[in-house]
Amino acid sequence: MLKILKYSFYDLMRSRWSYVYFAFYLLLGVVLLFLNNDLSKAVITLMNVIIVLVPLIGTIFGVMYYYNSKEFTELLLAQPIKRSSIFLGQYLGVALSLSMSLILGLGLPFIFYGLFKSTAIWDFSLLLITGTFLTLIFTALAFNIALSNENKIKGFGYAILMWLFLGIIYDGIFLMSLIIFEDYPLDKLSLIGTMLNPIDLSRTLILLKLDISALLGYTGAVFKQFFGTSFGLIISFVMLVLWVVFPLLRILYKAKRKDF
Amino acid sequence: MVSIENLHKAFGKNQVLSGVDLSIKEGGIFAVLGPNGSGKTTMIKSILGMVIPNKGTITIQGHNIKNASNYRQHIDYLPQIANFPSNLKVKELIKMIKDLRGKTTEDERLIQLFKLEPFLDKKLGTLSGGTKQKVNLVLTFMFNSPLVILDEPTSGLDPISLIRLKDLIQAEKAKGKTILITSHIMSFVEEISDEIVFILEGKIYFKGSVSELKTKTNQPDFEHAIASILTENHA
Repeated sequence: MLKILKYSFYDLMRSRWSYVYFAFYLLLGVVLLFLNNDLSKAVITLMNVIIVLVPLIGTIFGVMYYYNSKEFTELLLAQPIKRSSIFLGQYLGVALSLSMSLILGLGLPFIFYGLFKSTAIWDFSLLLITGTFLTLIFTALAFNIALSNENKIKGFGYAILMWLFLGIIYDGIFLMSLIIFEDYPLDKLSLIGTMLNPIDLSRTLILLKLDISALLGYTGAVFKQFFGTSFGLIISFVMLVLWVVFPLLRILYKAKRKDF
Repeated sequence: MVSIENLHKAFGKNQVLSGVDLSIKEGGIFAVLGPNGSGKTTMIKSILGMVIPNKGTITIQGHNIKNASNYRQHIDYLPQIANFPSNLKVKELIKMIKDLRGKTTEDERLIQLFKLEPFLDKKLGTLSGGTKQKVNLVLTFMFNSPLVILDEPTSGLDPISLIRLKDLIQAEKAKGKTILITSHIMSFVEEISDEIVFILEGKIYFKGSVSELKTKTNQPDFEHAIASILTENHA
């Protein structure tokens, strides 16, 4: 698996898009830090960008890589390599190279800014950890969609719809349901609703840590009240891990049964 | 060497293989023939584990291949259409496959044989179909495996390369290897193969030597023998 991981990783590192992605975060980090001068505000702005953009890039890269490396995959399938190693290796290759662009792109400007001396280091680390989780989750979801759809266009379409749903539509439906059912106790519903969407979960996680009650919103407030800050952090981390594990299991399951 | 029992495979509603029974002994060249869509490639891909059969068992060198992957160490496979990652250089691809499968020094001899030196630094996406097929042949023959599976090895090759390929296949046979070939070029098949396996509508229709096939169909030459099977069954 490590060999496949290595080749997929190098393959992506050679592609222009990894650098574009890296450069974008670098620029974003520099602009936010050196033009803004307020670290906690910069972290919040970054959070808003990361929470929407990271899933989108993970989704698109995941689907694109899967379809583009179809030939490579077929070549590998005839070699004495386990199917699980091939697909896990490719998945990790994509997810890790994207995570690296994110961590280096945002990390470098923060280091130059003097992050290690500031108190925001934990908020910032959490931001990067959540970003990495989102990359892992959405790349895995994208691989799932691509594995189940032979047709490229369909696969792309479903992947974008998935991102749109989890990133935007889900919140709308969620909010609507809270308004419609406002006469009922909604704590449990909103807790479950948050857990079932990795993007919402990440947002709540970061806001819990930042402890900005004004931005927490209803769900965040319920979360905080229900779990308390530290327990809430642990629960949301566990949920994020599950969000990585289940799509991965399905990748392995699907890959084992697929014909090439 | 290879034994297939009651192999079934359907893609959706399309039943491709319906009860293939085949046993191939060690050593010799076996040609798998059949009309388009008869299931030749599906059968070969089942042997390689790329297609998962609905029913049936395949054993290679006495081991059931279900859920196994290490047995592929003993198979060299030439895919039908040489689809390679287009952004890789020929040299890099050869190096990568060597890295994945183990050391070999055969590649240099094969590169010389097929005159591929000028293409080593070119990207695979820029190569012509015939050159790609030569790269494909190098990748297949550079490991010394007891079972060699060639899916349409002649496609796109110029006459000189074709002669070299025939010599190469004969040389491999002389080493005692089992070689499985599919081809639509009947003269090539007649010249090279020891035994014919004819697949029709997802089943083995005939297995035996070329002369047995001629007697069975009452035809003077091989090409007509094959044609008569097809017309009898599709008339």
